[in-house]
Amino acid sequence: MTDATTEMAPYAFVRKETLEQQAAPLSVAGPLAWVRNNLFSGPLNTLLTLLCVYIVATSLPELIRFYFIDAVWTGANRDACLADKVGRPVGACWAYVADRLQYFIYGSYPISERWRVNIVFAMFALGVVWMLWTQAPKKKLGFFYFFVLMPISAYVLLLGGAGAERLVRNGMVLSLALAAIYVVLSFVPQLVGFYLGSANLAVVQEASPLKRFSGPKQLILFALVVFGALGVLASSIGLPRVDTGLWGGMTVTFLIAAVGIVFSLPFGILLALGRRSKLPIIQLISVIFIEFVRGVPLITVLFMANTMLPLFVPQEYSPDRLLRPLIGVAMFAAAYMAEVIRGGLQAMPKGQYEGAMSLGLGYWSMMRLIILPQALRIVIPGIVNTFIGLFKDTTLVTIVGIFDFLRTIEATLVDPTWATPTTRATGYAFAAVFYFLCCWGMSRYSISVEKRLAAGQKR
Amino acid sequence: MSTTSTEPVRPGRASLLYDPRIRGYIYQLALLAIVGFLIYSAASNAIENLRAQKIASGFGFWHNASGFDVNQKLIPYDASTGTYGRAFYVGLLNTLLVAAIGIVLSTFLGFFVGVARLSSNWVVAKIAMVYVEIIRNLPLLLQLFFWYNAVLKPLPNPRQSIQLPAGALLNNRGLYIPDPHLGPGGSLIIWAFLIGIAATLVFRHWARKQQAATGKQYPIGLVALGLVVLLPLAVYFATGRPVSFVYPELAGFNLRGGIQIFPEFVALLLGLTTYTAGFIAEVVRAGILAVSKGQTEAANALGLRAGPTLKLVVIPQAMRVIIPPLTSNYLNLTKNSSLAVAIGYPDLVQVFTGTVLNQTGQAVEVVAITMAVYLTISLVTSLFMNIYNRRMALVER
Repeated sequence: MTDATTEMAPYAFVRKETLEQQAAPLSVAGPLAWVRNNLFSGPLNTLLTLLCVYIVATSLPELIRFYFIDAVWTGANRDACLADKVGRPVGACWAYVADRLQYFIYGSYPISERWRVNIVFAMFALGVVWMLWTQAPKKKLGFFYFFVLMPISAYVLLLGGAGAERLVRNGMVLSLALAAIYVVLSFVPQLVGFYLGSANLAVVQEASPLKRFSGPKQLILFALVVFGALGVLASSIGLPRVDTGLWGGMTVTFLIAAVGIVFSLPFGILLALGRRSKLPIIQLISVIFIEFVRGVPLITVLFMANTMLPLFVPQEYSPDRLLRPLIGVAMFAAAYMAEVIRGGLQAMPKGQYEGAMSLGLGYWSMMRLIILPQALRIVIPGIVNTFIGLFKDTTLVTIVGIFDFLRTIEATLVDPTWATPTTRATGYAFAAVFYFLCCWGMSRYSISVEKRLAAGQKR
Repeated sequence: MSTTSTEPVRPGRASLLYDPRIRGYIYQLALLAIVGFLIYSAASNAIENLRAQKIASGFGFWHNASGFDVNQKLIPYDASTGTYGRAFYVGLLNTLLVAAIGIVLSTFLGFFVGVARLSSNWVVAKIAMVYVEIIRNLPLLLQLFFWYNAVLKPLPNPRQSIQLPAGALLNNRGLYIPDPHLGPGGSLIIWAFLIGIAATLVFRHWARKQQAATGKQYPIGLVALGLVVLLPLAVYFATGRPVSFVYPELAGFNLRGGIQIFPEFVALLLGLTTYTAGFIAEVVRAGILAVSKGQTEAANALGLRAGPTLKLVVIPQAMRVIIPPLTSNYLNLTKNSSLAVAIGYPDLVQVFTGTVLNQTGQAVEVVAITMAVYLTISLVTSLFMNIYNRRMALVER
């Protein structure tokens, strides 16, 4: 065949041997080409690149010199950070941060009682990891811990005093009573047969007594352990009352953020369900609350909580000065959370609702078992983003006189012990690093969840 | 499974408790009762507490003398004759001023950074990314403290003011810019400027109609430049340059003359602008990425160059995605301007919810008025943006 074609076209040029493979032209491959394409692709781009490089090259070494090379790392007071005392140019005064770190973390919380704050920090960390780590075991136990046990323990540990001890005792009694009831029920499940119905009762009876009602029993056991530990702490070491006026620093910042998330999620879910409800009055009240809170700045909500809340309750129940902004923040966060969750509810296909109804589920069963688990899952990124905003907004309590982390920094800046020209720059840099690490970490988490949720849609 | 009985099976009548309609009524009545009880008890407690603390109620304080001064005021106000009502308007105007300027500036900066993040220039894109990440992950209050306490406060005192171009001076009491004074015939320049804007609008309308009818394009940009800039300039020279400037000068320990822009205002404006711009940049980036690549390719295939492609194809479609979140960012900026209270800029919250509340003690009325103002601003802004959004939205069949 080939011979025939060659003969028919005698002048055709046919290369007999393969050419040597050539290297790619310089202009499209290699680091040089990358530089040309991405940095110097035209006069405008060249100008921009040079301008940016100039800005970075002039400012970055200055910053590094100020915050690291010229910085003072150790010292007892301002003399360590004064240029004429040290005899060299002085940059950031990290000695000040090191000296005041305890105050930044605990505020004026009594030194002998700070272990209580540390336990709360550890419990909070455990709760956050349990909630955010998507493959964590025993999620239901985690929810119970995060939304019930952890807030109670934090209240008992941080505040202490007679009221806290009474709370622990009551919690202990309540969980012991529940435990007793469930022990009886495990052996005689017929007692609640009227509630379970005959079919469920039969299922329960198939299991051995030990395995019956395992879900509630786990929760009660967990509660017993936590209350027991608190009771031991209260009776052995003692938990004297620490007034909220002494709390401060990162403790208060995390406390406000935690209160915001713990209260805003359940209330947000209720408000979102209320807004999508078919019952006109419930819908109207939810809409008014959400739109009202979202339409005003957080500061006015805080002012309202600070000045109006004491007027709205009888004089003898006047809320604590720290409790007032906490209520304000919880209300504010709930309204924003409600809108995020509503987005999730609206994203659920109608078939999910119809499928649940056709199975004969009532409204609450449908929401609890079918809709909310899916809807909440897809709005995890939105919830985390709202929480980032909430975390940044915790700084506003400074304005109504609460000693959060930012306020403790401002307070140390006017203290003459560390009054140097560079203290302010150091304090703000420390605050910036703290807030940046927290917020940036959360936003990374939200992006990774988003990617995993989108994996199913990827083509 | 055959039934032995031939009688029709009648569904048993369910208990009223299981009727969804009845249940709905019960739920709603319960909620109404709870809310009503809360409001009633709050109100009765408030009346009792106010009586016990001997605080007046009602809006009578509105016309009482205020007795405090405000440094930045857009309307005449002074401590000896001012009333609380007047102080309210001073604060409200200051809030609106910083919000309006902040919205304009943050839009420009935000669009610039958003486009820079998508730039093919690696360095530009990375710097824009670093800017957005830092700005968005730090609390606004910390940024305001930074601008006010760390940048503007350490500036030199008026005697060692920093000289800026055009006779402006910068020191720790603020920015002083020359004060323009109009001589005889000076008002003509302003009229020329206004006429130029009006004529531009008329011309644009006419040019669009012409283009729709004939397909012929007119240079709108050039004509606008001529009408808005050159016309007032020509009048300026024709009337014999009637504008004179009063420059700020040192008098004793302070500066006299010129317009003083207070450092609180500058700090708040800088903070709000850079903060909101970080968020707007992300909105803009998402909007541009939402326009499918096929649109750009089709525009290129039609022979459009990069500029017209962006202007005529990409941006109009991106705007549909951008506008709703942009609106909420504008509202956030307006609400965030209330952080002014932390650095002492006399906005609505600082003047009214701060000073007036402390002096009168009438928390309920003062906080209610403040909230009503912000609610109104929010509702009006979303109304206007919804109208604009409807005009931009995709017209579907």
